Amino acid sequence: MGDTVERHGARPDEPVLAARNVVRRFGGLMAVNNVSFDVRLGEILGLIGPNGAGKTTMFDLLAGSILPSSGEIYLGGVPVSGEAAHRRIGRGLGRTFQIPRPLPNLTLIENVMLAAQEQTGERLLANFLRPWRVAAEEKAAAKKAAELLELVSLTRLAHEPARVLSGGQRKLLELARVMMADPAIILLDEPAAGVNATLLEVIIDRIRDINESGITFLLIEHNIDMVTRLCHRVLVMASGELLCEGTADEVARDPRVIEAYLGGAA
Amino acid sequence: MIDLVGYGAFFLTTALIFSLVTLGLNLQWGLTGLFNVGLAGFVAIGAYTSALLTTPDDPTRLGGLGLPILVGWLGAMFVGGVAAALTGIATLRLRSDYLAITTFGVAVVVQLVALNAQKLTGGPFGIGFIPRPFGGLAETPLLFNLSNLAIVSAVTLAAYMALEHLTRSPWGRVLKALREDERAAISLGKSARFYRVQAFAVGGAIMALAGALQAHFIGFIAPDNYLSILTFQVWVMLIVGGSGSNAGAIAGSVLVWAIWAGSGALTSVLFAPEQQARAASLQIVAIGVMLCVILLVRPNGIFGERPRRARFGKRTKATASESGS
Repeated sequence: MGDTVERHGARPDEPVLAARNVVRRFGGLMAVNNVSFDVRLGEILGLIGPNGAGKTTMFDLLAGSILPSSGEIYLGGVPVSGEAAHRRIGRGLGRTFQIPRPLPNLTLIENVMLAAQEQTGERLLANFLRPWRVAAEEKAAAKKAAELLELVSLTRLAHEPARVLSGGQRKLLELARVMMADPAIILLDEPAAGVNATLLEVIIDRIRDINESGITFLLIEHNIDMVTRLCHRVLVMASGELLCEGTADEVARDPRVIEAYLGGAA
Repeated sequence: MIDLVGYGAFFLTTALIFSLVTLGLNLQWGLTGLFNVGLAGFVAIGAYTSALLTTPDDPTRLGGLGLPILVGWLGAMFVGGVAAALTGIATLRLRSDYLAITTFGVAVVVQLVALNAQKLTGGPFGIGFIPRPFGGLAETPLLFNLSNLAIVSAVTLAAYMALEHLTRSPWGRVLKALREDERAAISLGKSARFYRVQAFAVGGAIMALAGALQAHFIGFIAPDNYLSILTFQVWVMLIVGGSGSNAGAIAGSVLVWAIWAGSGALTSVLFAPEQQARAASLQIVAIGVMLCVILLVRPNGIFGERPRRARFGKRTKATASESGS
């Protein structure tokens, strides 16, 4: 399990991902206020909280889409707070989006192959100077992409443009796409949102399968049933702050969580 | 008959030079989604660079190094590529309409420099005596035109094949991903800045090469050759041919240039000499009407980008409904 982490230059004795006193302000609004937590190797960690709690902002900070006002983020013990978003996947951090972002006019297999890292053919001149190597890598990437599409039950659509996919299928495509990069940890932003019950079961099964293969997950989710079934631990955020953590059952009984969700009505 | 063949060769040479510019624009817009409306500036940079490198010494202005034509073309690509890369770096944070305004500004600056830096560019009088490939055949226009057509065809074919190869490569896939959704591409480890600058540079180098080819074909350049009408023409060529398609860029260029040249010939026949200056505006009307017709009949252009068969793996026919959900 530690191989995936070490492959990205991380220290195996450190948490896969850690936030330390992370703060993010938007003008006068404190979106994330002094949040610290660890994501341990091999776990599925849930991040829940009412709307406006700062969960997606926290995800954007972890993924590098926005930079923290203060505090530090570590990937496998390596500080990455100032590092550009496109470099973090090379350090083993992959992410999906709350509203899936497939590349609509690229085929599914092209969508997945795009996520392959360190491809010789992505260098302009290499396509003319080292065509055989590029072709060999492309062939390998196509094979792996086809296997990942099979994993998420999208093989039959492999050569169709991604725009034909339903909302749930787009989430599965994003999962396959991020897997192509061999991440150590995947941030999943609301994988169950807008997905029908049948496809949701497929998504849950795939997340579990992938986790059993050694990949760590941090997931934001409002579907408590999914959180209960999947997550080893759960963090709760409210008003930009970390409220509590524990198992799904423990946090569900915590009066602070009930207060945050129901605003004192319970 | 010989005159007709000679004119045909002249027409095709000009159309293929336009094709090169359109291929450069297709890389930037069709593939990467970069809204460059300053392409006339990069064509001008190529033309002036090659002219300064290859013309004989002239005491009234700088340059005139008398180098071989091939050196001029390579120099044009280099300078055009660097200028385009700098434009790309300067506009990294700009998107769509803001990028368009900025690139338009670049073209205006280049044109004004060409017009006013008389010591370098000859100012409004331009640069003449630019060496022409097969210049020795100028006495026999048919042979001269056919020889130049052969050269321009070879250069255009080479550019087309190189761009087709790149379009289908992993590099081209990254450019398409940036066009479709920059944030998603970044999340997958692709540096939007790095690839945007590359697309600007390669596209600019191709446009500059086209400018150099035209300068050496005609033998004379002046700032009036690089007004915004050139940008308009090339954009229409790409839209008509089909944005995203290299074959479409060439087909659109030939078609639009045929209508442009044909409508010019028609107005010279139909209107009295004193009316012809005003009648020339009908060329723009003809192009506008054609653009409307094409967009109504084929909104993606004649060769609008279509899904291609992957290089590896077999294509399967299926629809979204077959896979459930």
